[in-house]
Amino acid sequence: MTHSTLLVFEVTILVLAIFLGIEVISKVPALLHTPLMSGTNAIHGVVIVGAMLVLGSGHKGPFTWIVGFIAVVLAAANVVGGFVVTDRMLQMFKKREK
Amino acid sequence: MGYNLSNLLYLITIVTFILALRFLSNPAHARRGNQVGAIGMLLAIVVTWIKTGGTSWWALVIGMAIGGGFGAVAARRVKMTAMPQMVALFNGVGGGAAALISLAELHRILPDPGRPKVDIGVAIVLSGLIGAISFAGSMVAFAKLQELIGGRPITYVGQQFVNGALFIAIAVAGVALVAGVQDEWLLWVLTAGAALFGVLFVLPIGGADMPVVISLLNAFTGLAVALGGFELESNVLIVSGMLVGASGTLLTLMMGRAMNRSITNVLFGAFGQVSASAAAVAAGDGGTVRSATAEDIAVMLAYAHKVVFVPGYGLAVAQAQHDVRQLADLLEEKGVEVSYAIHPVAGRMPGHMNVLLAEANVPYPQLKEMDEANPEFSRTDVAVVVGANDVVNPDARNNHGSPIYGMPILNVDDAQTVVVLKRSMNPGFAGIENPLFYNPKTVMLFGDAKESIVKLAQDVKSL
Repeated sequence: MTHSTLLVFEVTILVLAIFLGIEVISKVPALLHTPLMSGTNAIHGVVIVGAMLVLGSGHKGPFTWIVGFIAVVLAAANVVGGFVVTDRMLQMFKKREK
Repeated sequence: MGYNLSNLLYLITIVTFILALRFLSNPAHARRGNQVGAIGMLLAIVVTWIKTGGTSWWALVIGMAIGGGFGAVAARRVKMTAMPQMVALFNGVGGGAAALISLAELHRILPDPGRPKVDIGVAIVLSGLIGAISFAGSMVAFAKLQELIGGRPITYVGQQFVNGALFIAIAVAGVALVAGVQDEWLLWVLTAGAALFGVLFVLPIGGADMPVVISLLNAFTGLAVALGGFELESNVLIVSGMLVGASGTLLTLMMGRAMNRSITNVLFGAFGQVSASAAAVAAGDGGTVRSATAEDIAVMLAYAHKVVFVPGYGLAVAQAQHDVRQLADLLEEKGVEVSYAIHPVAGRMPGHMNVLLAEANVPYPQLKEMDEANPEFSRTDVAVVVGANDVVNPDARNNHGSPIYGMPILNVDDAQTVVVLKRSMNPGFAGIENPLFYNPKTVMLFGDAKESIVKLAQDVKSL
């Protein structure tokens, strides 16, 4: 795949993701807007994939290694914190206490 | 692992994220959705692990243990009232990671002559810039909400000019980088400038406007991550980041609409200042205020058919959620129909009040959104306003001169009787006069919100 073909493909999925995002989010009731925010927060923690790839290429020099390492630490905090806090909130929403 | 196989597995991750958001449409299975998303994230991490082929594996383990450990402990310990700053913090670190990836990517490809290509250059510059703004802005938002620094808007002469000049300088540096000034230090300057911009941009925004800022910064981080996906040719980053970007943008607009203010006004208006002067004008034209004892109000509540509580952030500050729920339980035992009317901007982030009440075991079917609650007030006997002020201010409907004119409010004055729990007649945080207090239908119960609620519950019990 040439570079420009890949770019067009990437832009296509980017644009589709915008519409998908709006579509899915508009169905979330105001009741759950805080969990929605922390849940989407957890989802952008997927940046950990990028951080791992950078650290994984860290043998190319100490600079990449250090930056990659810090990025992994930050992204891991984002992922774990985001999902845990969302879970904690969502388990509180009950129909009726027993 | 091959390129195609790993991308197919990443696709599964993307699907789990979409399901996680889809499941959030109903509180009954929202939690399962979040767990599905977490599994998808784990899958992405494992796939990436295999892709890196074990290079620096121990550094990965240590890094993830430090970050993940911090995240887990912080997420478990945080109080529900402190949720906005926690979300701001996690959001900020995500943005920081995206900015760092940009720095590392430029460093990796620069020795290669003729690189980066324009589109990769644009992605690196924008991702670094937006990530850094999000990181620094979120940290300031965190500090404000955690009250490490004052929550009041911080303004100075020529602020807009300084911010504007800084932004133009950043933009010029970005264009130069893309146009071929292949120097890493330029990206460092740009990133540092963007971080400074993030700080300056959030500092003048008041505490009450934080819901808008946090959801905007959430969108920023999502966008930075999506752009990072272009640098690394990673679909999972592009799609997931953009889902978050779209959702954050939508929420930001919804918040703005709920306050009847444009996003530009929230971000650049330094609201606290404006309303302080408006309050000085409005103060003084009072009327008579009727107050009552807890005993009288307890009788009123116990013999009502339908009672609606209208909680504001003051309720959370007083930590009175549990007491309100106990009072509601007692009323329900007496056959009173109880519900809660929640304004979209009650609390310090979108939907915050719902979380605080859910924590106090209020069943979620009783939590009514504004559109659902307003038609109900005309057949409500007593509306109990606890710690809310601006969101029930009839001036928003009637008074063209009011700073909150046009803001959608909860029409509590449609109820037979309105009970307002308030410490004193001092105007609230925003300093805007509220004619609801002078309405003949309104009865004031002065005192600390928590103590008043406890007293009401005792009196209802002894009836």
